[in-house]
Amino acid sequence: MDPLDRLRGPVPPRPHDARAIAALAANPGCARRAVLDAAGIDKDATATHLGFPAPFGQSPFAITRGNAFEALVKESGCAELLRMLRELLGLPIAQAAYTDLGDVGGNPSAHLRHSHTRGLLDRAARDRDDAGTLYDHPLLRLEIAGQSAYLEPDVVAFQLGGRFHIIEIKSFAVVDGQAEPDKVAAAARQAAVYVLALRNMLQELGHDPGRVSHEVVLVCPENFANRPAATLVDVRRQLAVLRRQLARMTRVGSIVDALPPGLTFDLARDADGAPTRPVAELREAVRGVGARYAPDCLSTCDLCLFCRDEAAAEGSTDLLGRQVRDALGGVATVPEALGLADGSLPPGEGQEEIARLLRLADRIYAEVS
Amino acid sequence: MSTAKPPAQEAAQVVDAVLADLPRHRGVVVDSPPGAGKSTLVVRAAGHLAATGDPLMIVAQTNEQVDDLIVRLAEEHPGLSVGRLSAADYAVPRRVEGKAAIGTKLPDLGDPAVVVATADKWAWAGGRTWPWAIVDEAYQMRSDKLLRVAGLFERALFVGDPGQLDPFSVVDGERWAGLSWDPLQSAVAVLLRHNPDLPVHRLPVSWRLPASAAPVVSEAFYPFTGFRAGTAPGERRLAYTADGMRTAYDHALEEAARSGWALYELPSRHTVRTDAEAVQAVAVLATRLLQRAPVAFSERGERPVTADRVAVGAAHRDQVAAIQAAGLPEGVTVDTANRLQGREYDVTIILHPLSGRRDATAFHLESGRLCVLTSRHRHACVVVARAGIPELLDAHPSAETVQLNVPVKFPDGWEANQAVLAHLSKHRVEAAPLR
Amino acid sequence: MSTLAALARLRALRDGTAQRLATVRHVHLSERPMVLIPLRLAGEAAAPLAVMAGTDPAHPRLLVVPQPRDRDLRFAFAAELAELLLPYIESLQKDTETVERRGAEPYERCVDAPQLIVPNRGAAAFVQLLGRSTRFRRAEGPYAVHASVPLLGRWLTFLAQRGRHPGSSLMPAATEALSLHWATGQSALEDANLASLIGWIDPPPGMTGAAAARQAEDPLIWPPAGPASDPGFDAEVLAPAIRAYEETRTEHAEARVREAVRSQLEPTWRLMWRAVGLLAALPAGPGCAGRWEADRAAFTSFAAQLAEGAPPQPRRDGAVGAASRLARMERAQASYDAQRAYDDPLVMAGYRLTGEAFTGTVAHADPERTEGEGRGRKLRPLVTVRTTDPVRLAPGTRLGTPERRGQQAELVAIDGEHVTLKIVKGMGRGMAATPGAVPGVGERVCYAALLDDFQPPAALPPPEETPWTHGGPPPEYEPPSDEEPDEEWS
Repeated sequence: MDPLDRLRGPVPPRPHDARAIAALAANPGCARRAVLDAAGIDKDATATHLGFPAPFGQSPFAITRGNAFEALVKESGCAELLRMLRELLGLPIAQAAYTDLGDVGGNPSAHLRHSHTRGLLDRAARDRDDAGTLYDHPLLRLEIAGQSAYLEPDVVAFQLGGRFHIIEIKSFAVVDGQAEPDKVAAAARQAAVYVLALRNMLQELGHDPGRVSHEVVLVCPENFANRPAATLVDVRRQLAVLRRQLARMTRVGSIVDALPPGLTFDLARDADGAPTRPVAELREAVRGVGARYAPDCLSTCDLCLFCRDEAAAEGSTDLLGRQVRDALGGVATVPEALGLADGSLPPGEGQEEIARLLRLADRIYAEVS
Repeated sequence: MSTAKPPAQEAAQVVDAVLADLPRHRGVVVDSPPGAGKSTLVVRAAGHLAATGDPLMIVAQTNEQVDDLIVRLAEEHPGLSVGRLSAADYAVPRRVEGKAAIGTKLPDLGDPAVVVATADKWAWAGGRTWPWAIVDEAYQMRSDKLLRVAGLFERALFVGDPGQLDPFSVVDGERWAGLSWDPLQSAVAVLLRHNPDLPVHRLPVSWRLPASAAPVVSEAFYPFTGFRAGTAPGERRLAYTADGMRTAYDHALEEAARSGWALYELPSRHTVRTDAEAVQAVAVLATRLLQRAPVAFSERGERPVTADRVAVGAAHRDQVAAIQAAGLPEGVTVDTANRLQGREYDVTIILHPLSGRRDATAFHLESGRLCVLTSRHRHACVVVARAGIPELLDAHPSAETVQLNVPVKFPDGWEANQAVLAHLSKHRVEAAPLR
Repeated sequence: MSTLAALARLRALRDGTAQRLATVRHVHLSERPMVLIPLRLAGEAAAPLAVMAGTDPAHPRLLVVPQPRDRDLRFAFAAELAELLLPYIESLQKDTETVERRGAEPYERCVDAPQLIVPNRGAAAFVQLLGRSTRFRRAEGPYAVHASVPLLGRWLTFLAQRGRHPGSSLMPAATEALSLHWATGQSALEDANLASLIGWIDPPPGMTGAAAARQAEDPLIWPPAGPASDPGFDAEVLAPAIRAYEETRTEHAEARVREAVRSQLEPTWRLMWRAVGLLAALPAGPGCAGRWEADRAAFTSFAAQLAEGAPPQPRRDGAVGAASRLARMERAQASYDAQRAYDDPLVMAGYRLTGEAFTGTVAHADPERTEGEGRGRKLRPLVTVRTTDPVRLAPGTRLGTPERRGQQAELVAIDGEHVTLKIVKGMGRGMAATPGAVPGVGERVCYAALLDDFQPPAALPPPEETPWTHGGPPPEYEPPSDEEPDEEWS
């Protein structure tokens, strides 16, 4: 049995979507997360069963708004989108066409839809006439740690001159040319996943992967209106990070090999899907793989509250943030750092310096406060 | 990039192309990688422009750079009249004496063919416009400084090194991000965003970096443009005339003499920034280096490497202070990357910015910082670091934000660090236990 | 993060309560601040859902947009907000004082200024967006709004922009102001939650800060301080209430939305006044008054611009405007950093720890020492200070001292625990030091490589002379055209 399957238990691996793949780089130093991700384990369900449900939620207003905006952009065969692309990429209006790749009929499997996308894009790449075409509802595929992840970019545009551009539609606003930097970053990371998947596909088909542009088109509402505006975003850096993380995923094996042979994160779901695994047992299992908690996890990982609780119980200085930990010269626990500061703990080897600094801080603090 | 041509010829062709472009364009940009003859170009262009009879202003960024330029101008163009605008409390260094008319205001200078001053000083000059300007170290000049002086000239040559540290500010400049005139970007960036058609030339040969260093620095920090060394492998040589003691320090110094690089690696540990062991290792290496009485052989002949030809570099000011306190031989320069920009030495000893860190910050990863530190030497560079930097890079979370309409900067600090480290690992010398 | 701040967080964790990072208050507190808590509709750029605001803790005003996607309702809300905010602002313009200036005409400055306290950085950014979305509106033409709306937009823009000016107290964010003065036992990221931050600083009786902070993360007990509302609340309470309003448009339905929103805002309202109280309990640092004076001058000058009919603030700074603002901000930042250290030994402690400042006792003083010959002879008193602080300063470094503001010294040498410096500025004219200007033997002194030294930068060109390197002169301001479908605030 594949060790990753054993870790996950008898449930299908949770499919990775582009957002999940983009999030792989959020904390690559965390072995716990790497193992759970590689095994395709449902971290949200795991966290909930452990009693630490993920503190994320999306407002229905945001979801409605996102859908409404995407619908608006794609209205009448992406008419609005074509208008913007004409300006941004020089897509000639007369020749622009629209193809809905989702139009396969019936209720097709992801595999079938992907083949359809693959076939049509292969033809498009082969076809050297200058027709600019918008491809809606494409389905791409990316291999993640030996599993196929199917990915659904918003639109792929095929531009004049044979270059493909990924189009990412987001409902956050661009006001006077600026948007919230973390939202743009998230969009860029996600778009980079599509760029890579499309490049891989072209390569498999024998085309030049460089025909997929590293400049993606970000479509957002402009200022305070519903009117969409397009901006080119260069995702080369995100692509480099993504490649690194995917390469790391294949190396997760060395962590897995070092785990105790019987270890599993199986939730032991009953016939109704309710987890029956004793919580204490699951907790021990999860603790069997070391985490590297940082406060940034609170916005990026489903398990964050569990790991924070664990770090607090261990008195880990990680709890206070990377900068504090760095300022403490790597002293791992709060009692240790405090002991060094008040002199009650003699410094261990290599701790003389931070001990001196902490004692000085302690003295000055006492002197002035 | 063709390597068929001799480097001197290749470089000369670029300089000729730059000079030919000057009258044809309002601005000309020359990218100069470390030690590629930027000052030579500036001095040559100054002579070229002055020969037309038009007055010329030269803008540099620091008083030291202004003084250096005046000395070079006097050497190359002894007949050229030069003026230096300076602050009232400027003390004229010996090397500048008699080489330029010095004054706090333009009228004090007479009417020299060339006037040199810092950007800050030029900003107060006013009163007349100049047909020509040369802006030196233009990548280290902030856009807002250029705004204060650009009205003074009609046309300009901008020269600088794009791989070094970007200008910065203590205040958050987010509100200007994406603007083509963002005051926090470099002078060259603002110039090219408004005048994208201006010619950009690249000096192709580093005369400073030896054949052992040019490819490493070029690949890590100038991945798209590249440059090569002006000297062939083996043409530069470093030898010690005093015997060593077979310590790890000596091994590191010998490795550096042999290959141009050494990584003196201390055991992996998370430390405070002023890691005492690393600081001590840097100081001992500098001391031992000079004790071994090194001699440099190069195209300039055979010269002893004296203390003034050795520099120690670090990322933070407190590290510099700690190294100073640890005791360096008299005359050895020690400074932060920021302040070592534009300087040249025979041998450098640097404290790796990521040594002993548990997490890398954007500051530590900034490619320009490592680029400055690893590109100051003519012969050899010894890097002192704790083991564990590859693991740190591997675990580095990628959470950087993205601003719309801000050009992406290359190289990425992570990749540049990785490239340098991969090379250094071939020249690793394990530190001896200290106690 | 300084080691001192890191240690303070460790101690907070140990003691279960926040630790002081400042001995005095570095934010000016108005006698009559206005607390303003905005909420926006999730997923929308600038669709306000509600604002709770006021100057009286007992009487918050609640303004609600029962259907935030309705443009008319939003502008009605903006007019209401103007009605609340503008009288407060205008009342502060009445009393002025005459300020004498050397080499310039005296001018009039308001004796007080508005202070808008918002919960967090997000709220401040949202106020700026509200300002952006209203200041270009017009009272006439096809998309006319109430005349107060564009005026409100300009004031909100002014306050939000000034809020980012280093050392300004016109629009502080509560979380930032509190974090400046207290270290908690959690991360800086978690400190952005106002309820949990106050939980650490001022836990309820019988509860540790840690426990209070954890409890504060439960949105059912402590709804988020905005500008985004809790997604669970949105789904279960707000969405049905708005839907009901949308369907019936009755007063009853409106009241349902209003009460739902009130339940989310009231806890934060109380927290905000606790934040004000916590800050008010600290004695004001000496530098606060001077910085508030600068705020008052900025306020006065902006009011005058409005009175003269100046156009609304541009969407983005032009090249010259950006450079000039940057210069002002950099100067203010340097001055703010120095003043806080000079005003507060606990802030100075951070610099002492990194070796950029030191405290010690004068071991030797030569107040009459001079340098140079003849006419160039200058008074340069020499002082040697004995200190156990780890001084890491290079000879030649310029130093200032909290004991004698305006005085400057230069580091001469460090020899073990003895630091020798010479005083180069601010010790009196002539060949004899002013009595008391040179510290005497045995005096406790502090010197720091921090100067609050005003050096005006060179002038910038006027905007119409923006050089070719920066895009040339910008186009002149044009008022928005009548048909502007792309700015419909929808």
